[in-house]
Amino acid sequence: MADSPPRIVRPISPHLQIYRPLFTMVMSIVHRITGMALYFGTVLLVWWLLAAASSPNAYTTFANVAGSWIGRLVLLGFTWALIHHALGGVRHLIWDTIHGFGPKERVLLAKATLAGSIALTIIVWAIGLAVKS
Amino acid sequence: MHSPMRTPLGRVRGLGSARSGTEHFFVQRLTAIGTLILAVIFLCIVISLLGESYNTVHATLANPLVAVVILLMLLSITVHMRIGMQVVIEDYLHNEGVKVLAIIANTFFTTVIGLAGAFAVLKISMGG
Ligand code: HEM
Repeated sequence: MADSPPRIVRPISPHLQIYRPLFTMVMSIVHRITGMALYFGTVLLVWWLLAAASSPNAYTTFANVAGSWIGRLVLLGFTWALIHHALGGVRHLIWDTIHGFGPKERVLLAKATLAGSIALTIIVWAIGLAVKS
Repeated sequence: MHSPMRTPLGRVRGLGSARSGTEHFFVQRLTAIGTLILAVIFLCIVISLLGESYNTVHATLANPLVAVVILLMLLSITVHMRIGMQVVIEDYLHNEGVKVLAIIANTFFTTVIGLAGAFAVLKISMGG
């Protein structure tokens, strides 16, 4: 179907690289990047579950890696990616109701997503650190 | 079928949408809402388990409510991320062979993640 050669060579719209990056555009790209990061991040979730299902030793190994500085940094990134992607997802759901497309709303929603993701990540980690100690 | 007398449009006309044109879109929204709710509960569970011993974690995961939340979340996430990654693959991989292989790998990966996670939760629940 799609492999039949086109008879007419039509102009193709310019590619992404030639546009000056806009805030809303960058946020859209970040939604995709965080989606991909979460995709591979699920390996950590399954590692945690499998370790808990395996043995105290396996769990200690997981806990040591997760509690290390690198582990914590990755988990911090994971938390932010999840929250940012979730808020970005809510933004998509708002758009699905045909709202939020105006020039002002678009920028407002994008700003709220970014600020909200950073604030919520800090709050979640503050609670986590408080609970842990 | 491939008569040179038929235009590309003429060739696809009447084939319909295979009745699944909006399925990915809808299921992506469905699982977005599902994951959102479940991930919030899950985050609370994780926070309550930070730094806890193996025994505590094991006992918490054995709780039926916790287990069901995690099982539902695994289902919601894996369906969601499979569709999401497929969209990305279709956007960037234009070589037909590479694209099909990537879509197969995507299905394998998400299935393994879902099944391995579910198995771990069930094993703990069943007293393992
Ligand atoms: C661990 C959890 C999650 C994973 C692994 C994940 C993964 C992905 C991936 C890979 C994509 C494709 C990205 C793209 O097409 O640009 C995507 C899209 C999407 N995600 Fe998620 N996601 C997760 C959680 C969530 C949550 C909690 C929401 C909730 C509100 C959400 C809402 C969406 C929406 C609405 C889209 C479609 C965006 C579009 O149509 O362009 N996701 N996700």
